[in-house]
Parts: sequence; structure tokens; C-alpha cells
Amino acid sequence: MSRLLSVEGLTTRFPLAGVHVPIVDESTFAIDRGEVLALVGESGCGKSMTALSIMRLVPKPGRIHSGRVELLGRDLLGLSVTEMRAVRGGRISMIFQEPMTSLNPVMRCGDQVVEAIRLHDEVSRKDALARCRELFVQVGIPDPDARLRAYPHQLSGGLKQRVMIAMALSTRPELLIADEPTTALDVTIQAQILRQLLELRREIGMSILLITHDLGIVNELADRVAVMYAGRIIEQGERTDVLGRALHPYTQGLLRSMPALATPGRRLPEIPGVVPSPAEWPMGCRFATRCQLAEDRCRREVPGATARSDNHVASCHAVEEGRAQAPAGGEPEGAAR
Amino acid sequence: MEAWVFSNIVVAILITAAVGLTGVVLRSRMWSNAFLSLWRRRRVAIIAIGFYVLVALLDSVSWVGGEQFGEDAVAKYQAQSILDRAFAGIRERSYSAPLASVEFYGGAPLVHPGRHLLGTDLLGRDVLHLALKGARVALLIGGLTSLIAIPLALLFGVSAGYFGGRIDDFVFFIMSTLASMPGLLLLITLIMVMGKSTFSVCIALAVTGWVGFCRVSRGETIKLRELEYISAARALGVGEMRIIFRHILPNLAHLVIITFVLMFSGLVLSEAILSWLGIGVDGSWGQMIDQARDELSRDPIVWWNISAAGSALFGLILAVNFVGDALRDVMDPRTLREGE
Ligand SMILES: Nc1ncnc2c1ncn2[C@@H]1O[C@H](COP(=O)(O)OP(=O)(O)OP(=O)(O)O)[C@@H](O)[C@H]1O
Ligand SMILES: [Mg+2]
Repeated sequence: MSRLLSVEGLTTRFPLAGVHVPIVDESTFAIDRGEVLALVGESGCGKSMTALSIMRLVPKPGRIHSGRVELLGRDLLGLSVTEMRAVRGGRISMIFQEPMTSLNPVMRCGDQVVEAIRLHDEVSRKDALARCRELFVQVGIPDPDARLRAYPHQLSGGLKQRVMIAMALSTRPELLIADEPTTALDVTIQAQILRQLLELRREIGMSILLITHDLGIVNELADRVAVMYAGRIIEQGERTDVLGRALHPYTQGLLRSMPALATPGRRLPEIPGVVPSPAEWPMGCRFATRCQLAEDRCRREVPGATARSDNHVASCHAVEEGRAQAPAGGEPEGAAR
Repeated sequence: MEAWVFSNIVVAILITAAVGLTGVVLRSRMWSNAFLSLWRRRRVAIIAIGFYVLVALLDSVSWVGGEQFGEDAVAKYQAQSILDRAFAGIRERSYSAPLASVEFYGGAPLVHPGRHLLGTDLLGRDVLHLALKGARVALLIGGLTSLIAIPLALLFGVSAGYFGGRIDDFVFFIMSTLASMPGLLLLITLIMVMGKSTFSVCIALAVTGWVGFCRVSRGETIKLRELEYISAARALGVGEMRIIFRHILPNLAHLVIITFVLMFSGLVLSEAILSWLGIGVDGSWGQMIDQARDELSRDPIVWWNISAAGSALFGLILAVNFVGDALRDVMDPRTLREGE
């Protein structure tokens, strides 16, 4: 498979209390064509910021400090504002977490999708509308003609998210960034929409960067997984490797706390402690404050990446020194795809 | 161009615009529902405002010539509005009480006994006529000032809220500077500098009056800017200007309408205060009240001048505020959209 997007050493900093805190710290990962990469991590670890950095939409006062974001060999961070605007929505589309507020309340749904289409393609309004209708059918919106004329408040959350997906797909992007696309929806709709996304990926042949903190979804959809903790990607690799033979103590803890793996009737094992806030991140390994294997070196030195196999990398001193626990995890139930 | 020709053109434009707007409202279910529920709540106030508007329009269409009345030689060459013509030729020489048949001081018989529903003033002019003429001035002040102030406030407020940073600092600097000066003093200074005319009073009122709405639209823009559909639009590659015009401004429309109505009554009242200080607009109710000031200390008291102007002013303000109040409920984006 050929490389679509490669992110190298991407660092995005926010000034917090006078110090520039790297909310996204030296992120390195890549996405191949047609691949689904899941970016997982606890709330606040910087998943959305990573996505926004790729789009160059980091909100003020944040700033991309360094790194490279290459789409098919072209560095997006070096593009002019106009060039970048053509990439957004053209080659990379993004759907957001909150479908309730993701559509303009005073514009008809159809008009909003038409606007997106005509922004990137020079087509007549009529053609754009026809394409929009097609897209609505494709993403599984029942009664598309009525929905074209509907205002957002007349649609349910699931339908709104489908309109958002239609809008994101309207220009046939090569990469779709889905930032927790189903968190706000109920479980049934969640499954429907995710399945639809997978199907669309196969039809259109796009890649997906799927941001989520639901390991069940990861297990069902992802080809590869990157785990983030406090602004850093601490482990990444094939889905079967990361979920089945997790190296990093954090990933292991995360997997142990999954309901599907736990013994019924027993309290879920949890990772002790809480995620430190960006202002109080430790200088060495950021997981050191909660890690049972932490030693002096962990608190002093930032761990480098240790490769276990070709495609499976973890950043942890314990893994490097070989004193980590045996790879833990295992395919949760219903893992078959 | 003569003032009266201009005034006629403006009336023509306004009527065309009103017809066009009615068409838009009728076609959009959302807006016609909003209007209907407003009508259901504030029928009397809307009719009252309609009456004021009608009177103002009747006083705005004018022409020179036609049948001339009275002994006034100049009047023959002056443009007379429809309203003027309706009240033409009933001039007296001095004060007379409502519906009286003799002059108030001295008791000399009136030329047109019993014709003056609200009496006459010092110069023998019909008070009802003057009070009705005040409607045009009031609407002109409220309308013209809003027309200057609201776009100004939107321009500054939206760009400050949307772009933030230096622009925000700059707008905030202007707003705090204006807010730190006593409004009345600033008004007087501006009018003194620009000279006394309807237009300069409107500009002065606009300059001192836009800050409030600027603050509101800035805040609202900041709120909208953070909403996900703006981020979504940006992620689709929509440009900044397009985001402002397609996604921010339409979502401020309800605020603009509410502000216009609420601001309107405040402006008409401000003019009354300016008139009281002697720098108001000619022919306004404020000026009538100002001129009637010492009539109150006479014995017997000349009460009809000030009462006529006062009630006309009061009626308009009350009606507008009533409508504005209901408008706030009707235009609430949530209820507005539910009506469909
Ligand atoms: N405007 C801002 N100023 C300062 N810090 C910010 C700002 N926006 C976000 N952050 C910080 O960036 C960090 C990462 O935020 P981000 O939204 O990327 O988290 P996330 O992983 O997407 O979480 P979630 O799962 O809740 O969406 C958070 O800790 C937050 O405190
Ligand atoms: Mg997020």
C-alpha cells in the first residue's frame, strides 16, 4: 500500500500560565491509502488537537511549533493559506464530535452540502443538488428529498451526523478525519454509522483517521492503532499487535479496564491515579506518575521509541530494558470482522 | 435636489421595500409564523405603530403648488405635504383651548371656531397638526440613526469577535473610550461641531448609541465562532469572509431586529432630551415639549400643547416597547424554528 499521509515530529504548543506546553508532542505516525488508523486515548490527551494540527486549524492561542505533515509527499505546513483551503474539504475532510451543533441552524441541509460541493468543484447548483441527493442515499438517509429541504433542527442527531458525513464525502476526499463521530449518539445508531463509514471507505477507497476512546470501536474498525497519553503517542502498531500484545504499561492498563475482558461481577481494574493536566506534566515519561514500573530514569528521561516488530512501536524505558510485563491484552469478544 | 423631492423618492423606496419584504415574509414559513405570533400577542401596539407610520408617510409626500390657503405669501412657494394640506387654512392668531370658539387670552372670537380638536399654540397653529407632524420626525430620527448605528456596530462587533487579537483590542479601545465619556456631553459636542440639522443629530446619536449593540454582537460572534458548524465550515475550506457572511451574520439576524426595535424608542427619547437642551430636531415632539415649558407656569395653565406632544411621544414609545418585548420571545431562535 502506498503512503498517503505521514506526520513527523508534529508539535503543537499552547501557552499555559506563561509556559509553552506541547499539547501535541513530537507525534509521528503514518496512514496508508485505504487504511483506518485509530487514534485512541483518554479525554484531554490531545487527539482532537492532533487532527486540527493536520488540518492547520489549531485554535488560538495554540500554534504548530514544529514537525512535518506530508500528504502524498507535499508538506501541508508549508502551503499558503489559499492552497491549504483547497486541501481542506478537498483532499482531507473532517467530521466532528458534536452533530447537534455541526450544521448551521439557519441554512437548509441541502444548501449546506451544496455549498461544500461548489466550493471545490465548478458545477451548477442543479448538478450539485443532484449529487447531494445521491450522497444522502449513499450515507443512508431515508427520504432524501425531504431532508434536502429540512433545517437541521428538524433532523435527529443520527441524521445530522449522516448529513455531516455526506458533506465531508461530497468532494471525494482521500483522507477522512473522524473525530469521535459517534460519541454523541446512542449505541444502535453508532453501530449503523460506523458500518456505513467502513462501507464508504471501501467504495471510495479513502483512508480514515478515526479518533475515539472506545476500544470496542477500534477493535471493530481499525487496521492500525496509535495510543496517545498526555500529548504523546506512546504505542502504535497493527490492531492485532496493539490490542493483542500490548507493550506499554498504559495500553495494558487500558485494555484490562475494558468491560469485555473483565470477569463478570467483579470491579473493573482501573489505572491508579488521574491524568495530569498539561501544566503539570512530568519531565520524563508522562505516565511515570501512575506507572507501577516507574524508576528514576522514567521520571528523568523521555523514553525513545522501541520497536518490537516491524510495525509495533512503544515508547517506554521498561519495554526497552526488558523489565516490562509480558505483552498483555487479547482480542476482546466479537473481534471478528 | 429639493428636500421634498428627495423625501418623495425615499417614500417610494420605502413602500417598494415594504412590499418586497412582505413578499419575503409571506414566502418564508419561519418569518410569517414569527409575524403571526407577534400579531396575536401585540395587536393593539402593532396597529398603533401602523398609524404612526401612516401619518409619517402622509407627511412625507409633498409637492409645491395646488390650491394655496391663508394669507401667508411664502407658503405659496413651499412644498406642502398631504398632512399639511389636510390642515391648511385654519390658522388662528394665538392660543385657543381645545374645541374653543374664542381665544384663550382676551376672548376674541376665533376665525375657525370649534375646528381645533387639540387647540392652537402661541402662533395660532393647530396643535393636532403639529403633534401629527412630530411622527415623521420621530420615525426619521429612530430609523436613520439605527441605519447608521447598527451596521457600524455589526462591522466592529463581528470583526472584533471573529478575528480577535489586535482587532478586538482596537474595537475594545474605541468602545471603552466612548463609554468613558458622558454620553450627553459627547452628543452636545458632536452636534455643535457638525451644526444643527436632523442629519447631524442622527449621526451624533448613532456615534454614542452603537456601543451597546457592538458589545452584544461581539459576544454573540465569539459564541458562534466556537460552535462546531463554523469549525466544520473551516474544515471544508470555506474562506473567512464567506463564513462571516453566510454563517455568522444570518445567525445574528434576530438580534439585529430586536436591537433595532428596542434601540428605536431609546433614540426617540434621547432626541426629546436634546430638544430640551435646545439642540434637537425642528418639529419634533421634544421641541414642542420644550416650547411648552413655560406655558405650564401660566395662569390659567396652557396644558394642551405639552399634553398633545407628550401623549404622542408616550404612545409611540409604549407601542414600540410592547412590540419589542414580544419580539424578544418570538424571535428567540429556538421558538422561531419550532414554529415551522
Ligand atoms: N484553547 C486552548 N487553550 C489551552 N489549552 C487548550 C485549548 N484547547 C485545548 N487545550 C488543551 O489541549 C488538550 C488536548 O485537547 P484535545 O481537545 O485535543 O483533547 P482530546 O484528546 O480530543 O479529548 P476529548 O476526548 O475530550 O475530545 C487538553 O488538555 C486541553 O486542556
Ligand atoms: Mg476531542
